[in-house]
Amino acid sequence: MKQRILGPFSRVEGDLEVKVDIDGDRVKKAWVTSPQYRGFEQILHGKDPRDALVYTPRICGICSVSQSMASAAALACAQGAKRPDNGVLALNLMLANENVADHLTHFYIFFMPDFTRSVYQRETWHEATANRFQASKGTATAEVLPARAEFLHLMGILAGKWPHSLSIQPGGSTRAVDRQERSKIITIIHSFRRFLENHLFGDKLEIICALNSAAALEKWRYAQGPDKSDFCRFLHIAECLELDKLGRTANCFMSYGAYLGIGGEHFLDRGVWSQGKISPLNSEAILEDLSHSWMSNRNTPRHPFDGVTRPNEEAENGYTWCKAPRLAGEVMEVGALARQLIDGHPLILDLVAHSGANVRNRVIARLLEIARIVPAMEAWARQLKPELPFYIHHSMPDEAQGAGLIEAARGCLGHWLKIKNGRIFNYQIIAPTTWNFSPRDRDGNPGALEQALVDAPVRDGEIDPVSVHHIVRSFDPCMVCTVH
Amino acid sequence: MNAKRPINLQWLQSGGCGGCTLSLLGAETPDLFTVLEGAGVNILWHPALSVESGEEAKDILDKVLAEEVELDIFCLEGSVLRGPGASGGFHRQSGSGRPMKDIIAELALIADYVLAIGSCAAFGGITAGGGNPSDACGLQYDDEVCGGLLGADYRSKKGLPVINISGCPIHPDWVIGTLMQIAMGEFDESQIDSLGRPKSYVNHLVHHGCPRNEFYEYKASAQHPSQLGCLMEHMGCLGTLAQADCNTRLWNGGGSCLRGGYACINCTASGFQEPGHAFFETPKIAGIPRGLPMDMPKAWFVALASLAKAATPKRLAKNAVADHIVVPPFKQTEKKT
Repeated sequence: MKQRILGPFSRVEGDLEVKVDIDGDRVKKAWVTSPQYRGFEQILHGKDPRDALVYTPRICGICSVSQSMASAAALACAQGAKRPDNGVLALNLMLANENVADHLTHFYIFFMPDFTRSVYQRETWHEATANRFQASKGTATAEVLPARAEFLHLMGILAGKWPHSLSIQPGGSTRAVDRQERSKIITIIHSFRRFLENHLFGDKLEIICALNSAAALEKWRYAQGPDKSDFCRFLHIAECLELDKLGRTANCFMSYGAYLGIGGEHFLDRGVWSQGKISPLNSEAILEDLSHSWMSNRNTPRHPFDGVTRPNEEAENGYTWCKAPRLAGEVMEVGALARQLIDGHPLILDLVAHSGANVRNRVIARLLEIARIVPAMEAWARQLKPELPFYIHHSMPDEAQGAGLIEAARGCLGHWLKIKNGRIFNYQIIAPTTWNFSPRDRDGNPGALEQALVDAPVRDGEIDPVSVHHIVRSFDPCMVCTVH
Repeated sequence: MNAKRPINLQWLQSGGCGGCTLSLLGAETPDLFTVLEGAGVNILWHPALSVESGEEAKDILDKVLAEEVELDIFCLEGSVLRGPGASGGFHRQSGSGRPMKDIIAELALIADYVLAIGSCAAFGGITAGGGNPSDACGLQYDDEVCGGLLGADYRSKKGLPVINISGCPIHPDWVIGTLMQIAMGEFDESQIDSLGRPKSYVNHLVHHGCPRNEFYEYKASAQHPSQLGCLMEHMGCLGTLAQADCNTRLWNGGGSCLRGGYACINCTASGFQEPGHAFFETPKIAGIPRGLPMDMPKAWFVALASLAKAATPKRLAKNAVADHIVVPPFKQTEKKT
């Protein structure tokens, strides 16, 4: 048995370290460390509650709007605030813009470059893959960056800028759009659809959304050929490397539900999926365990409304700044795979039924989600009514509490806020990668990535096993959110 | 700088959000990598963009530290975390356990130019907010006090203090423009202001080009978010004090904070994270905003403001508290008597 400490990991939005026990050609155990602590929950204590809208987006430069959405939702909950229909739609458009841009950045800039590594140079697909996906120099980058930048022009209109906007408010959006701006938004989304259909999918988004089983996906892929699109290129590599056998977890998934419609329903359902059964989410059952975190006050796991964040590098058994959130004691995997599964998309239901959570299925779910969200964005933009309000004003109570549970690109993001004497008394945040990259809990149950790394193959002579990199990045980790 | 050799750039991230890199990736016409290629800038390693991880990444950094590879430009994004105590334990390098603050200091000593990317790396920024739990500071500043990690006397190998490209986040052009000037060999101390910020963007005010200027002139002010009026009187806007070209350069194809409907919080300034009042409210003394426009005598501001308020056209008074134009510009006709 050999022990190795792996890091730094590039392309994980922040800093990550993984310790692995390797026996022969397999990883036997893994411990995941988030090596940076900044202390946003401490910074927020005593602030004017509205100031959370300035601080919390700056937790993360890639999930900035998501943090704003969760914060605005928690404040709205505390205020009892309602949003006008335009406000709901504008906020959906901003969140979708960020989430889809993040999925795109993940696939092209963070995930695919690992297949260009020299360890794969004997593979038949290597040369073409290196040409297409080489970090910063591949042909894909030259197409993706302009498409991404133009897509984010939507933020230029609705959010003023990205990242770090203040247009997202408890009562809606600060930015009303006129008819000409609405038509510009529709044009931007359409142009992005063209990019997706020409390069990422090589087919209509509606065709991708309609793929309803593993067999349908296979049939579509063979009809397309391995080089028709970047999605096909990935599926080909995934088959060659058996990425469906890599990075499995215990098959417990959670989603807070994404994109509230103007009728109050979620566009993507909220719920919990455990071993094939769907149940409603009870957010009261979320507790944060600190038994293996560099934190004080570790006696009992607490619900985030009563959560305490006191860093202590000397804490016994601690190996990360990350807390270990659990739902009714269970480890949850969150992200696009969880969302599409809980929403009941037939392709994802079928893929998970066959092979559970794994590297391939996580990536497919993310790309499928792009194909599903962009048409929804087109519909939301058309529903905007420029002559009606985008914002309703509410005053801030002196004593209140509120929770904001939303879905960021990487999964469940929650903010829990208590206000006393008109000031923030407690503010606790659980980010998606806090769930996925959590450490062990008091019962010794490893977090989702720690589970997924078990049995990862190690090639002859490998110091940094490439399989570990695929598994880590299949979660699209955001380490700056994980510990904030 | 030898034009035949690529200009080597090493990028590190510490106590920040990574948002400056994400903003930089939005560079347009041309995209970031085309710009860097044209400027002859070679990224040795960037935590979000490079393929190398683990031992490969450590090797690159070790070669730079051993000065086997010439380090022309060192960019730090995010603040330096000195805590807890003075250990730097709040951010240790993955794989080695070394405090990042020590690696940052070593790189600063061997780089020709050191760039602080964003307000965190420049001054401490948001991470230094509240009671500053991680003891965050900038490379050469602790808020507005010169010092920080490297000390007030620090100079890079080319004899410059840290170049502070502040902003939360940076505009892609601010970083690209500075890198281009360095690549062309024309960036010297005359190009930075007293806080080390490139004059190319801080010689402007956010107020310049603000689409709410007419409302400002007549003190026709918004009362609540989403309204069109000036945000200075009630909504906490610091655009008349903030040094940046946000309303003339524009973000993401045409935006800015003001165009997005919310106040400028002066994010390019040292200590912006602790304004001493709620961000969304204008602190006032006897009804007059405490933070008057830069270099404007108070008596003149009060006199002009009261005159302007008395002369506010109805069009502006009504539009200021609406979320879309309710009274369009029209030609006033003299009534015949």
